[in-house]
Order: sequence, then C-alpha cells, then structure tokens
Amino acid sequence: MFEEYLNLAVKAIFVENMALTFFLGMCSFLAVSKKVETAVGLGFAVIFVLTVTVPANNLIQTHLLNEGALTWISPEFAGVDLTFLNLLCFIGTIAAMVQLVEMTTDRFFPALHATLGIFLPLIAVNCAILGGSLFMVERDYDFGESVVFGLGSGIGWFLAIVSLASIRERLRYSNVPHGLRGLGMTFVITGLMAFGFMAFGGIQL
Amino acid sequence: MAVKKSEAALDPLFNNNPIALQVLGICSALAVTTKMETSVVMCAAVIGVLTVSNLTISILRHQIPNSIRIIVQLTVIASLVIVTDQILKAYVFEISKQLSVFVGLIITNCIIMGRAEAFAMQNPPSLAILDGIGNGIGYSAILMVTAVLRELFGSGKLYGYSILPTVSEGGWYLPNGLMLLSPAAFFIIGGLIWALRVYKPAQVEMDG
Repeated sequence: MFEEYLNLAVKAIFVENMALTFFLGMCSFLAVSKKVETAVGLGFAVIFVLTVTVPANNLIQTHLLNEGALTWISPEFAGVDLTFLNLLCFIGTIAAMVQLVEMTTDRFFPALHATLGIFLPLIAVNCAILGGSLFMVERDYDFGESVVFGLGSGIGWFLAIVSLASIRERLRYSNVPHGLRGLGMTFVITGLMAFGFMAFGGIQL
Repeated sequence: MAVKKSEAALDPLFNNNPIALQVLGICSALAVTTKMETSVVMCAAVIGVLTVSNLTISILRHQIPNSIRIIVQLTVIASLVIVTDQILKAYVFEISKQLSVFVGLIITNCIIMGRAEAFAMQNPPSLAILDGIGNGIGYSAILMVTAVLRELFGSGKLYGYSILPTVSEGGWYLPNGLMLLSPAAFFIIGGLIWALRVYKPAQVEMDG
C-alpha cells in the first residue's frame, strides 16, 4: 500500500512532471519565473491548490457525477450519468479554492500577496490545476491516490518553476543574441530542462 | 478606448501575437502539435470557443458584477467548451481521443480568459468578435507552423500523407525522433519568437 503511494508520488513529481512533460501551467510558468522569490510563492500556492482540489474533485466525480453515483439520494437515480458536467463542476471547485487561497494570503502573508499580485487569480486558469483533476478522472484514481497525485504533481510543478527561475536569474550575466532575449531564450531553456527530466523516464520503485 | 475594426482583427497576427508576445495559451500549443491533424482540430475548437466567448461576455459586460467576474467568465467558457467537447466526441471521436484532456483544458487556455478579461469586458460585441477571430488565428498560425515542422521532420508526413519517404518504409529519409518529443516544441517556438522579433525589433525585451 505504502509502496504504491510512494511510486505514484515519484511518478507525479519526476517522471510525469506536470510542467516539463505535459506542458501544463506553462503560461504562469513562463511569466512568473523571472525571480526565485515570486516563483517559490507561486509554487507553494500551486501545491496547496492542487492538493486540495484534486481530492475534492475526486469526491465530486465519484459521488455526484459518475453513472449511478446518485443512488445515495434515491435508487431512482441509478441511470443518471452526469459526467459531461465534470468540466463545469471542477472549474467551480478550483475557482472557489483559489479565492480561498487569495483571502488567506491577503490576511496572513500580506507581503506574499503583494508580490503574487495578479497571478493568484491566474491560478484559477492555470492548466496544471484543471489538468490534475482531468488526469485523475482519466486514470481512475481512488481517493487516497488522488491525494498523493495532487500533492506530488504540485511538488513537481514547484520544482520545475523554481529551477527555471534560478536559471533565469543567472542568465542576466550571459550574452544572449538580441532577438532571443526574454521569452525566446526562456523557451529554449525550458526545452533543455524537459530533456533533463526525460532522464527520469521509466523509473519505477 | 477606441480600437479600429481592422486593428482588432489583424493586430494579433504579428504585432500582438497571443503566443509570441502576450505569452498566452502556450500549454496546448506545445502538447498537440506532434501531428497536423490534431492541431487543425484544436485550432478550430479554440477559434470557435474564443469568438463565441468574446461575443457572450461582451454582450453581458454591463451586467457582470466586477467582484465575481472571473467565475462568470469561467462559467461561460466552461459551458462552451463542454459543447465543443461533446461535438468533437460525436463527429471526430478518434482525434478527440488523441487530444484527451487538452479539449477540456481549453477552459484554462489563458488566451480565452485573457481576451475576455482584457478586451471583451471593455468593448462592444462587434469588436469583440473580430478580436476573438484575430487572436484565434494568431494562435493557430504559430500552432500550424510548429505542427508542420514537427510532423514533416519527425515522421516525414504532412497531414498523414508521406512527403519524405522514411527508411522504415523503403525510402531515404531517416526521421528525426527528437521532433516528436516534447523539448522540440519548445525549441521551435523559441526559434519562431526569435524570427518574429528580428522582423519586428520593437518586441525585444531588454531585461531577462
């Protein structure tokens, strides 16, 4: 049991890294990676939101949306299949969670809130978050697995953005061709990092 | 804010490209471009959703309370994407299987949200439609170029037809496997941005 979870976590963090293997959450990944400090802040926010939303959406999927899931209300609903509504429900959960994170950081960590600024609402449209929930559905994770998967992929995304931010901070001292500066160079670096992460492919505990 | 109609539709192509300059909608651009077929379907879906969502939000813009606008926008977009998803499943099931979660991820495609927030909330419906089409095409342009390069050099085909006969099929072309892997997409888009900025030097970022 424990080994299984550990294996899933390693897979979510390294082998199937959200940012570098599936390119999820790329927009904020590229936009907020100019400084390590902000990258760390956003990374933690993503870990938290993923860890909460994936299991929450798992419960919604299994107890409300799947075919026959509504039998706990009344046996008459056994034939009801609401899976086509899952996108709408998931995004609702995510938007609510993000609002919660925003209010919490505003109250307890005002400095962090000031730096993250407009990027907090953007977590709601961070594809990594919705992607996490959709992968959870596609791969049929149960509740325990979805907790591990949410946490793991959050950590993976955190690692990726912090390392990209550290590379970009060092990049200031290098002589990049004129037109490639900024976004272009960031793309190339991310490509190279994706290469590095491919080395984890096939690892199984 | 006065925006000319021609500007709303044409600016996103080169001057203000959603992928190359606004850094919006990159996730899907990278993931679906291994083959032209999937990219065409993806582009069509994005153009459709973007245009209709811009139109809807622009019509509703005086009714949406500012404090809950993100949830309202997301609801509009999510409903449109559900419709798109169902249509794709009904008519092009094979491709919709290959696109897997990325159809659902159109919801969180930042282009759609970004344009709703930045343009449709301030402008009348007619301009919003043009802006939607323009940005959709700007996005598609980059997607298609990337897909052509990746499919042609990665598997010697274009739209499923052999152009460069590969060695395994008795031809002469040895496919470049790197093109089908994820990092290639980054290199190609990085290169495209470079090319665009050599052509339009005003877009170069001085720091970073």
